[in-house]
Amino acid sequence: MGTLQLTPRIITLFIGIALVLVGLWVGQNVNLLPVDASVNAPLYDQLFKVLFSIGTTLFIGIVGMVVYSLMRFRRRSGTVTEGAAVEGNLPLEILWTAIPAVVVLFVGIYSFDIYDRMGGMVPMHDHSMAGMETMHEPEASGPGQKTWAGISSVSVEGQPPVAAVPIEVTAMQFAFIFRYPEADIISGELHVPAGQPVSLRMTANDVIHAFWVPEFRLKQDIIPGQPTLLSFTATRPGSYPIVCAELCGAYHGGMRSTVIVEPPEEFANWVAKNSPVKATPASATLIS
Amino acid sequence: MTTSLPSPSSGPVASEHSAAESTEHHPDHRLFGLATFLVADGMTFAGFFAAYLTFRAVNPLPEGAVYELELLLPSINTLLLLVSSFTFHRAGSALKRDDRPLCRRWLLVTAILGLSFLAAQLKEYFSLPFGLTDNLYGSTFYAITGFHGLHVTLGSLMILIIWWQSREGGRVSSQNRFPLEATELYWHFVDGVWVVLYGILYLL
Amino acid sequence: MTLSTPSNLADTQEHLRWQRYFGFSTDHKVIGLQYLVCGFLFYFIGGALAGALRTELLTPISDFMPREVYNEVLTMHGTIMIFLWIVPVVNGAFGNYLIPFYVGARDMAYPRLNAVAFWMIPPAGLLLISSYFLGGASQSGWTAYPPLSLSTAATGQVIWILSVLLLGGSSIFGAINFVATVLKMRRPGLKMMQLPMYCWAMLGTSILVLLSTPVLAGTLVLLSFDIVAHTGFFNPAMGGNAVVYQHLFWFYSHPAVYIMVLPAFGLVSEILPVHARKPLFGYTTMVYSIMAIVFLGLIVWAHHMFTSGTPPWMRLFFTIATSFIAVPTGIKFFNWLATLWGGSISLNTAVMFSCGFIVNFVFGGITGVALAQVPFDIHVHDTYFVVGHFHYIVYGGTVFVIFASMYHWYPKVVGRMLNEPLGQLHFWLTFIGLNLCFAPQHWLGLNGMPRRVAEYDPQFQFINQLSSAGALLMAVSTLPFLINVIWSAYRGAVAGDNPWNALTPEWLTSSPPPEHNWHGEAPLVHEPYGYGLKSPAAS
Ligand code: HEM
Ligand SMILES: [Cu+2]
Ligand SMILES: [Cu+2]
Repeated sequence: MGTLQLTPRIITLFIGIALVLVGLWVGQNVNLLPVDASVNAPLYDQLFKVLFSIGTTLFIGIVGMVVYSLMRFRRRSGTVTEGAAVEGNLPLEILWTAIPAVVVLFVGIYSFDIYDRMGGMVPMHDHSMAGMETMHEPEASGPGQKTWAGISSVSVEGQPPVAAVPIEVTAMQFAFIFRYPEADIISGELHVPAGQPVSLRMTANDVIHAFWVPEFRLKQDIIPGQPTLLSFTATRPGSYPIVCAELCGAYHGGMRSTVIVEPPEEFANWVAKNSPVKATPASATLIS
Repeated sequence: MTTSLPSPSSGPVASEHSAAESTEHHPDHRLFGLATFLVADGMTFAGFFAAYLTFRAVNPLPEGAVYELELLLPSINTLLLLVSSFTFHRAGSALKRDDRPLCRRWLLVTAILGLSFLAAQLKEYFSLPFGLTDNLYGSTFYAITGFHGLHVTLGSLMILIIWWQSREGGRVSSQNRFPLEATELYWHFVDGVWVVLYGILYLL
Repeated sequence: MTLSTPSNLADTQEHLRWQRYFGFSTDHKVIGLQYLVCGFLFYFIGGALAGALRTELLTPISDFMPREVYNEVLTMHGTIMIFLWIVPVVNGAFGNYLIPFYVGARDMAYPRLNAVAFWMIPPAGLLLISSYFLGGASQSGWTAYPPLSLSTAATGQVIWILSVLLLGGSSIFGAINFVATVLKMRRPGLKMMQLPMYCWAMLGTSILVLLSTPVLAGTLVLLSFDIVAHTGFFNPAMGGNAVVYQHLFWFYSHPAVYIMVLPAFGLVSEILPVHARKPLFGYTTMVYSIMAIVFLGLIVWAHHMFTSGTPPWMRLFFTIATSFIAVPTGIKFFNWLATLWGGSISLNTAVMFSCGFIVNFVFGGITGVALAQVPFDIHVHDTYFVVGHFHYIVYGGTVFVIFASMYHWYPKVVGRMLNEPLGQLHFWLTFIGLNLCFAPQHWLGLNGMPRRVAEYDPQFQFINQLSSAGALLMAVSTLPFLINVIWSAYRGAVAGDNPWNALTPEWLTSSPPPEHNWHGEAPLVHEPYGYGLKSPAAS
C-alpha cells in the first residue's frame, strides 16, 4: 500500500468520474417506462432515473472490478504462485461501509420525499364519511367503515386544491366495477377527467385483487373486509389498461379493464349522458 | 494469532485409537439441543400472540361478542402450574441425591398438578359462552389455549413415563438423569408460556 | 459405542457402498449427499415445471394448458424450488457435509436427529406432488394468500400445508444440529473466530430458521383450521383479517430469502480464497456483517406488503430497514472483490460460477434496494419486475453458488475431478441463459405485465419469447453438467487428497474421507485462509 503513487490514484479518480457520467447518461437517456399519464408519474420517473443512474454506476463498477481482477490476476497454468497475504485493511473496510450507508440513506430520504409529494404521507380522510376522521385509529369508526391506507389526493403543486371526484371500485373474480355515487353511474370502464383529482374507494367481494394502471405508476391492493383508498390526478388524455396485479384465481390474467382519461368537458358530457340523476346539485359540482 | 499450519500434503497422521477417543466422547449436548428447540417452540407462541394482539387492535368484534372472561379458574390454574414447576424441581434434586422414592413422589405430585390443570381447562372450555368457530376472538382463544394444552398433555405424559422409568431398576437414575432433566426444562418452559398467555389472554 | 477406525482401503470402500445412501444412516457425509441428490431430483422436477410455464407464456393467450393447471404448476414450481431444492441443498447438503470437518468433529452433534431431519424431506416432497393426483394441487402460489387459498382447491391446499409443515420441521431440526455443532462440537483449541466463514454463515442461517420458521408453521396451522374447521382467522367474510396472514407469512419468508442466500455467501467465502491463493479479506467484518444481516433480516418483512394497505409509518420504517441491509451485504461483496484483487487466480469452473454469482447478485441486490423504496415498489410490486429480481438472487445467486460448490468439492467427495471444458460450457450456457431469461422480465414488469398470469397483453409477446429462449438455454445447460457428474465419477482424473492445495480442514483428509472423517486426530487449523502466509504448497 505504501507504493500507492499519484498515478494510480488519478486513474482511479478518472475511472470513478467516468462511471458516474456513464451512469448519469444511461439514467437520463435509456427509457424503460411507458408514457406518464398522471401527476405522480413524472415524480416516479424522476426517482427511477436517479436509482437507474446509481445502479448503473455501481453495477458497471463492480462487474468491471471482477472482470479486471480475473484478467489481471489470472494464474498462468502450470505455475504455483501465491497471492499477496493481505488479510484486511481497516480504513478501506470502513470506507466501503460508510459510502454505501450514505448512498442508501440518501436514496431513502429522497424516495420518501417523492412519496410524500405523491400523497403517500398525507393523513388519510375517507371521503365517504365526509372526510372527518383520521383513518389510522381503529376505534374511530365502526366495522366496515374504516378505510385502510392507500394514497391520498394531493393538490397539483402551485394550484389551489380541487375537490376530488369520488368513485367506488368493487373488485370481484374477475372484473372491476366502477360506481360514481354522485351521478349514480355504474360502469365497467373507468372514466376520469384530466387534471382533476380522483379518489377511489375500493372494496373486494371475494379474494384480494389489486388495481394497477402502469401509466399512472400506481397500484393498490383491494382487500376483502378492508376498504382501501387510492387517489390520483390523471394528466394525459387517452385510454390505459387497468390490470389486476394480485393472483385472484384461474382468470387472474384476464382480469383487466380500461381507464379513459378525458378532457373535463368530455368527461362532463359522459356523465351527463349516462347519469340518471339530472342536474342535481351533486352532479353540478361534479361537472364544474 | 498463533499459527499452526498442518501441511496439507502430510497425509493421514496415523495413530489408531487416540484420535477416536479425543473427539468421539464429547460432552452431552442434548439439553442444549432441547433448549434450542424450545426457543423455536416459543416463537410459535410468539406468532400466535402477535396475531391475537393484532386482531384485537384492528378487527372489531361483532355485537355481543365481547366477553368478560371468568378469572377464578385460570388464576387457580396459574397457581397449579407454578407450584408444579416447584415440585418438579424438588423431584430433580431428590434424584441428584439418589433418593429415588422421594423423587418419584414429587414426580407424581407434579403429574397430578398437570392433569388437574388440564381438567380445569376443560371445565372452563365447557362453560364458555363461545365456540371455536363463533368469531375471531373465540377461534384465537381456543387455538392458543389449545396449543398450550397440547404442550401440557405431552408434558404430563412424559412425567408419568419418567415416573415409571425411575422405579427401582428403571433406566432413570442418578447416573442417567437426562430424561428427567429434559422433561423438567420442557415443563418450566410450558409454565413460563402459560404465565405470558394468562397475562395476554385473561388480564389484558 | 464401538468405533472402527478404518485402517485399510477396503474398509474405506466399504463405507461408501451405495446401499447406505438409501437407508437411515447417521453419518453426516452420507446425510449430506442424501440431501444433495434428493435436492437435485426435485430441482429437475421443478425445472420441468418451469419449462411448462415458459412454454405457456410463448403466446399471449392461454393455450398450452388450462388456466387452473397453470396456477397449479406455478405453485408447485415455487414450492419445490424453495423448500425442496434451495433450502435443503444449500443448508442440509453442504452444511452436513462440511460443518463437522470445519469444527474438527467426527459427526454432527445429534446424528440421529440429523437422519430424522433428512428423512422428513422425501415423504414431504412425495406428499406435495401427490396432491396433483388427489383432486388437484394448490393454486394459490407459494405465498398461499387467503382468502384465495381458502376458496380454491381445498384438498390440494391442505396437502400443501402438511408438506410445508414437514419441511419446516426438518429445517428446524437441521438448524438445532448446526447451532449445537458450531457452538459445542469444536475441537479443543479451535476458537470461534478461527472457523471457516461457512460455519458463521450456517450459524446465522440457523438462528433465522429457529426464530422464523415456527411462526410460519403456526400460521399455516391456523390457515388449515380456516379450511378444514371453518374458523375465520384470515377470512374477512367471517370477521377475520387477511393481511395478518401476510405479516406472519413474510415474517418467515423474508428471513427465508436469507436462509437461501447466507449459506451461499459462506460457500463462496470458502471457494474464492482457495483459487485466488489469498486469505479471505476482512474476516472480522464478514462475521459482523453476517450477524447484522441476520438481525436486519428479521425486521424488514413488510417490504413485501407496501400495497397491502399498510399505514405510512410502517412503510417508512420498512423502507429504511430494508435499504440498510444493503450495507452489510455490500461489505461482503467488497471483501470478495478485495480477496480476488492481487491474487493468483485460477480461472476454473468453480471460480467462474463464483464470479457469476457476484455479478448476478449485485444486479439483484441493486433492483432489491430499488424495490425497497415504497414509491418505486408501488408500481412494480407483483409484476414481472419482481420475478426478475428474485430469480437473479435465487438462481443467479444461490444456484450459481451450488454449482460452484459442485465443481469445488466434487473431488473431495468422489475422489475424482470434474471435467473442465464441460464445466466451462456449463457455466457459459447457464450464465447466458439466466441473463436472457430474467433481464427482459424487468422491462415487462415496468411496462405493465403482472406476475402469475397465464395470458397477457400481446404487445409483450416478443420479450416473453426471448425470456423463454433463455429458459431453454438454461435447461440445455444442465446436460453438460449431468454428463460431467456421471462420466467423471468413473473416468475423471484422480483427484488426490488435496487437488487445490487448500487449507480448510476437509482437504486435510483423504478423498473421499474415511468413515469417521480423519485418519487419526482431527487437525487443528487456526488459519483456514493462511494462503501466502506460509508456503503450504511445499509438496
Ligand atoms: C439487497 C438485498 C435485497 C433487497 C433490498 C430485497 C428487496 C426485496 C423487496 C423489496 C421485495 C418485494 C418486491 C415486491 O414484491 O414488491 C423483494 C422480493 C423478493 N425477493 Fe428480494 N431483496 C434482496 C435480496 C433478496 C435475496 C437475498 C433473496 C433470496 C435469496 C430475495 C428473494 C426475493 C423473493 C423470492 C422475492 C419475491 C417474493 C414474492 O413476492 O414471491 N431477495 N425483495
Ligand atoms: Cu383479480
Ligand atoms: Cu423480502
